[in-house]
This record gives sequence, structure tokens and C-alpha cells, in this order.
Amino acid sequence: MTPGPAARDPAPLRWGVAILAFLLLTVFLALPLAAVFTEALRRGWGTVLDAYADPDAMAAIRLTLLVAAISVPVNTIGGIAAAWCVAKYDFPGKRLLTALIELPFSVSPVISGMVFVLLFGAQGWFGPWLQSRDIQIVFALPGLVLATVFVTFPFVARTLIPLMQEQGRAEEEAAATLGAGGWQTFRLVTLPNIKWALLSGVLLCNARAMGEFGAVSVVSGHIRGETNTMPLHIEILYNEYQFAAAFAVAALLALLALVTLVAKTVLERLSGRREMVH
Amino acid sequence: MTTARAHRDPLPGFGLSLGVTLAWLSLIVLVPLSALALRPWELGVSGVIRALSDARVLAALRLSFGSALLSALANLPLGLLVAWVLVRMRFPGRRLLDAMVDLPFALPTAVAGLALTALFAPNGWLGAPLKEIGVAVAYTPFGVFVAMMFVGLPFAVRTVEPVLRDLGTEAEEAAATLGAGRAQALVRVVLPALAPALLTGFGLAFARAVGEYGSVIFIAGNRPMVSEIAPLLIVQRLEAFDYAGAAAIGLAMLAVSFLALLLLGLVQAWLRPGRRG
Repeated sequence: MTPGPAARDPAPLRWGVAILAFLLLTVFLALPLAAVFTEALRRGWGTVLDAYADPDAMAAIRLTLLVAAISVPVNTIGGIAAAWCVAKYDFPGKRLLTALIELPFSVSPVISGMVFVLLFGAQGWFGPWLQSRDIQIVFALPGLVLATVFVTFPFVARTLIPLMQEQGRAEEEAAATLGAGGWQTFRLVTLPNIKWALLSGVLLCNARAMGEFGAVSVVSGHIRGETNTMPLHIEILYNEYQFAAAFAVAALLALLALVTLVAKTVLERLSGRREMVH
Repeated sequence: MTTARAHRDPLPGFGLSLGVTLAWLSLIVLVPLSALALRPWELGVSGVIRALSDARVLAALRLSFGSALLSALANLPLGLLVAWVLVRMRFPGRRLLDAMVDLPFALPTAVAGLALTALFAPNGWLGAPLKEIGVAVAYTPFGVFVAMMFVGLPFAVRTVEPVLRDLGTEAEEAAATLGAGRAQALVRVVLPALAPALLTGFGLAFARAVGEYGSVIFIAGNRPMVSEIAPLLIVQRLEAFDYAGAAAIGLAMLAVSFLALLLLGLVQAWLRPGRRG
């Protein structure tokens, strides 16, 4: 956007502002990222690879992948269902429903984890019942998954809802009138229209699922090799003064973030839209 | 629409999708959050008040809300500056700058916390020169503020940016044509138009900062009464199996946050008519 002459600032001022913004962001955002990689590589590649080969680190990586592999599909299906009913129909309470879907974004991660401890922990509402049947939720995989699903709950729904609202329902109605069934309509008409946004929402959901710290920290119990995800493993290494290893694992997660950002930019270009990430 | 749908909607799937949504929402979000709303009262009203008036809890709440407020405020001019550059200028590297803004959203909080600590530690790239001039960031309340600013910045940029883009430059040009100075045009034409978006960005950054845990606890040093944030106290209470006490702190945090956001919404509603008229 080039403003007309009356609203144009002198070139030195404009460039000064741009350079200032660039400097501030570099110092504030890029430098921390650079610090992670520098610290990780300080003692050479050998230390980095050793940090990954450690059995506890391997277990943490496996657990992180497993938790994401369960949470992301759950939230994808829920997110598509929510976007479908919010975007394609009118019904009383729709605004309330939309607000409730966004709710997990405004809740502290620690509180997101805590609610499941309040339900399923040793002193939780269902704690004694679960204990008598020898079912572990908190301090085990189910708790990690529940906390992760809670935290990543809105991602897919909130990427899809504005797009599907904009697209309306004429195409789907036409398909249905021509005799297509519900699943057929969704697969052949809706899905092609939303595929890039859906992929972008899934990617963001996945990045958050793999990187979540506060919520899983509360429900994990920090059992080495068993209930530590990668972010929790980082904390343990750091607290044990194994800085090189901590930064090595952190670098892996930072790479995931960078890949997600690049993919998101590409997808935005493909779909011609941009969404806000959280 | 509603009655028409009840008779025969050509588009199937309303019942199914609403059912799935409600089940998903209730099981994952509503039932768990209701536990948070109900558990503190096991202590009785006086017990909740006692749990919250503990000196350490009060200090932690003050730190969490105080730094969140300051960091969200500090993010406004920075966010405005970055949004301005992204919307109004074309230069090589603009796309990189644009992508960089989302970094705090994408970076896992534990990684951000570790990175900021490494950067601002007394021997870090920024910590060392700052130490020379007598400023300590890591392991102080100032570090809490810095981490909160880091996670909140994208909210400030991303809420102002689209409004600034839609605003265009016509209004400024008109103001200039009518004899307004450049500063006058910016302060009296552009800034008021951006005010609601700035408030939204402030609210989002504030809400995020209040609850922030991962990126703060590494740099904070977590000294009781000094640099200990409220979410950390919740974690400690839970580890001590004081569920009701933990829930009380959590509920207080949520209540204050929602009140703050509500207040912000009211201010925005009050700003709106005067601006467009």
C-alpha cells in the first residue's frame, strides 16, 4: 500500500521505523532461537546425538509422538463436526457454542492439566473408584492425552469456522438435491473446499500437542522413561544441569516449530487466507 | 430458518455434527472445568478466603497479574510499530519479519523459557552486557516480565495488523489535505481507528501472560514472595495433594482474568459508536 503524497512520511523516517522494527524483533525473537541452537551445538554434534540416543530421551520422543497421534485425530474429528454445525446451520445457542469451543485458549495450561487431576487424581472425584479398579489416568498416558486434547481443542475448529461460514452452504445443498448422501457431499464438495485450511489447522494442533508443557507437566508425574514427554524431559535435564542435552532436545522441538511456521506460510499462500495462531 | 430445518433440511448431518460437538465439548472441556468451579468450596467460603489470603499466594497473584498487565501494555507500542511496518512498507525481508512475528506462537513454551534464560543469564548474549550496566533480568521479576512480553507480542501485532490494512490511507490523506500536521493526523485519525484493535490485542496478550507457565518458570528463578508466579503455586499445591487449595488459586485466576476481559469488552463497546459516527 503506497499512501498518497499528503500522508507519506519522509524516507529516512520510514526506513528508520522499518529498521527499528527489524532490530527489535531480531533481538527479541530470533536471538532466543539462535541461542537454542548455539547452546545445543556448543559441545559438538556428538553430544547432540548422544542426547537423542539416551533411552529416556528416546522414550520421551516416542511418548510425544504417541500422545500427538491420539490427540490430533480426536480434535480433527471434533473440530470438523463443530465447524460443520456452526457454519452450515442456524440454531439457538450457536454463539455460546462458538465461545465455549474457544474457551481452552483463555485457560492457563496449568489449570488445563489441573482439571483432570481434580477429576481423576488420587483425591479426585473419580479417584477412589478408579483406584479400586486399578485404572490409572493421571500420571499415565490417558491423563497426558486428555490434557493435550483440552489444550489443543480449538485449533481445527477455529481455522475452519470462518472459512466455512464464508463459503456458505449452496454447493452442499446443490449436491444433496442432486441425490448425494451426507458423507458423499462432505467428501466430494466440502472437503476439497477446505483442505488447505484443514491441513493448516491440523499442523498447528500438532505443533501445540507436541510442544505442550504446563498442562502435561501437571498430569505426568514425571516418571522417567514412562510419562515424560519431550518438553518435560527438557525440564528434567535442565534441572539436573545437563544443559547440552537439554538444549539438544529443545533444538529438536524448535525445528518442529520452524517447520510448522514455514508450512503454515505455504498453506496460507495456497489458500489465500491467513489465520491467527495461538 | 430454524423451523424450516426442523421440517426438512436438504443438507443432512445437523444432528450428528451437533451431537459429536456437544459430546466432545462436554467430556473434554465442560465437565473438567466444572470440577474447577466446585472443588474449592470443599474448604468452605472461609477456607477459600484463607487459602487465597496466604501471603505467598497473594504475592504470586500480584506478580502474575502485575507483570501480565505491564507486559501487555509494553507490547502495544511494539506491536503497533511492527504492524505498521508490515502493512505500510515493502522491502526485502518483509516476509521474514512477518514469519518471525508468529515464532512465539509456534515455539513450545519450555523451549522459549530455556532460550530466554540462556539469552538473559548473567553470562548470556544479552545478560552479560546488561549486567555491565547493572540490570539483572534472569531470576528476577523483570525476567517474568520479559518472558510474558515474548509470548504476548504476536497477539498485539496480529490484532492491529488487519485493521490497519483495512483502514487504508484515505482518512490520513483527507486530514492532511484539511491542514492537519502529520503527527496530528496520526494521533487524531489513525490511533482512534486502531483503538478497539489495540484493546483486543492487549486483552489477548494479558490473558495469555497471566496463565503463562512454561516460558516463565525457567527465567523466573521462582523465589517465594519475589519471583514466584501463581501457576507455579498451583503445581506445588497439587504435588502436596492440596487439591482444594490449588483449585481455589486456579478459580481466582480465571475469575480475575474474565472480569478483566469483560471490562475490556465494555470499554470497547463504549469506544465504538463515537468513532464511526
